Amino acid sequence: MIRLEAPFTEEKIRSLKVGDMVELSGTIFTGRDAVHKWLHEGNEPPVSLKDGVIYHCGPVVIREKGKWVVKAAGPTTSIREEPYQAGIIERFGLRAIIGKGGMAEKTRQACQKCGCAYLHAIGGAAQVLAEAVKEVENVYEYERFGSPEAIWQLRVENFPLVVTIDAHGNSLHKEIEAASAARLTESFARMAAAKR
Amino acid sequence: MNATQQKKFLEAFIEIIRKTSTELPKDVIEAVQKGMQAEQAGSNAKYAFEIIEKNIGLAKQKSQPLCQDTGSILFYVHYPRKFDGEALAKVMRKAVVDATKKGYLRQNSVDSLTGKNSGTNIGPGSPSLHLEPWNKDHFDVRLMLKGGGCENMGVQYSLPDNRIGAGRDVAGVKKCILDAVQNAQGKGCGPGILGVAIGGDRGAGYLESKEQLLRKMGDKNPDPVLAGIEEETVREANTLGIGPMGFGGKTTLMGVKVGALNRLPASFFVSVSYMCWAFRRQGAQVSAKGEIKKWLY
Ligand code: SF4
Repeated sequence: MIRLEAPFTEEKIRSLKVGDMVELSGTIFTGRDAVHKWLHEGNEPPVSLKDGVIYHCGPVVIREKGKWVVKAAGPTTSIREEPYQAGIIERFGLRAIIGKGGMAEKTRQACQKCGCAYLHAIGGAAQVLAEAVKEVENVYEYERFGSPEAIWQLRVENFPLVVTIDAHGNSLHKEIEAASAARLTESFARMAAAKR
Repeated sequence: MNATQQKKFLEAFIEIIRKTSTELPKDVIEAVQKGMQAEQAGSNAKYAFEIIEKNIGLAKQKSQPLCQDTGSILFYVHYPRKFDGEALAKVMRKAVVDATKKGYLRQNSVDSLTGKNSGTNIGPGSPSLHLEPWNKDHFDVRLMLKGGGCENMGVQYSLPDNRIGAGRDVAGVKKCILDAVQNAQGKGCGPGILGVAIGGDRGAGYLESKEQLLRKMGDKNPDPVLAGIEEETVREANTLGIGPMGFGGKTTLMGVKVGALNRLPASFFVSVSYMCWAFRRQGAQVSAKGEIKKWLY
């Protein structure tokens, strides 16, 4: 288990490799469809994302005794941000993206070029991840985007993740898909042989 | 239904929704544990399973949704003939509204044209109610909450399919099932459970594929041919190495359930519904007075 403290240095991110299991602590920012599209259209973020982390998540946040409390904070499917992500990594100097389901070629290349990594959260583990969120430090663009799409600045502790795209051009998603495609061919052959 | 009955039924339905959203049924937990044991210590797959297991425990303890996507709300109900089905549907919708207010369901239903969220989970097609009268005195209420991530991995094949070389026979059906698993990779929050329908028209096929998921995980298909397809496809899928979340590993699927419908001579569909590890389905026997007598899973 590797412990990581956000924000990161490029050196730290470049030390990670695909398959590393990490626990992340520090400040992260949520951002999903609306935010990505908006940044892509040329808008400036309301807070610096330099060396920072974006989490693909639309959390359930409620107000309890005058404070924001996160009730659920699981990842959402990242691939929807593929058209925007590479540009955002490059423009704002992001060091890590958290999400689920992986991302594709453009993001993989941007990670390699800029020193960024994709960290895969466990899909569906809303309660474990909500427990790891210790504090809502701030919220931006709440009026503009509404609660799930707003930029939530969260302080997390020991947030469990797996590195699936690293800063060296490796993608676990690509590797697994290629390996399973080869095994699928073997499987088809096996089933055809068993029939005879 | 008089006012007292309405109140009792409303409570029963809310409780069924709460339990479904916050607790995984026993048979699914057993399957998750079996999957976890198969994985190597220290692997990414084991790590994913450990977090999944922790999440299952935490959600139950806090009585909070297992996953924040509380999914499509699919009810399957048999009710005593003397009851008024419309009145029952009304109570069920009210239960959905109340369960949403209580936070057991997320505000999850959006107008397809305007993009506006109804905020109550009520709208055309939501919740999805399948009501059927029967000649018994009690109600059989089953509920499945099916998230969007896994639903997006569902697929329908029309055989013959030249891309994967699947013909109109059992061998072709098996190829479709494995191809669906390969395409899903980790994107449906695997390890998954597949509901599959052979035949039917396009609509009936998808409906049947979901109803197959109402079967218990460990049951055996009474049809030997279908049982053979189920066993073989689970075994083969677990050789693909996709693993939980697509991290790689031994457990790619926890089960396959297959049903067959008649088809037209001209068409041959294979409809696949992918269910994520957060397989939320529960059921209860409810008395004519609206009391939960027994949990079904
Ligand atoms: S696929 Fe299932 S576990 Fe994953 S986010 Fe959707 S509902 Fe949750």
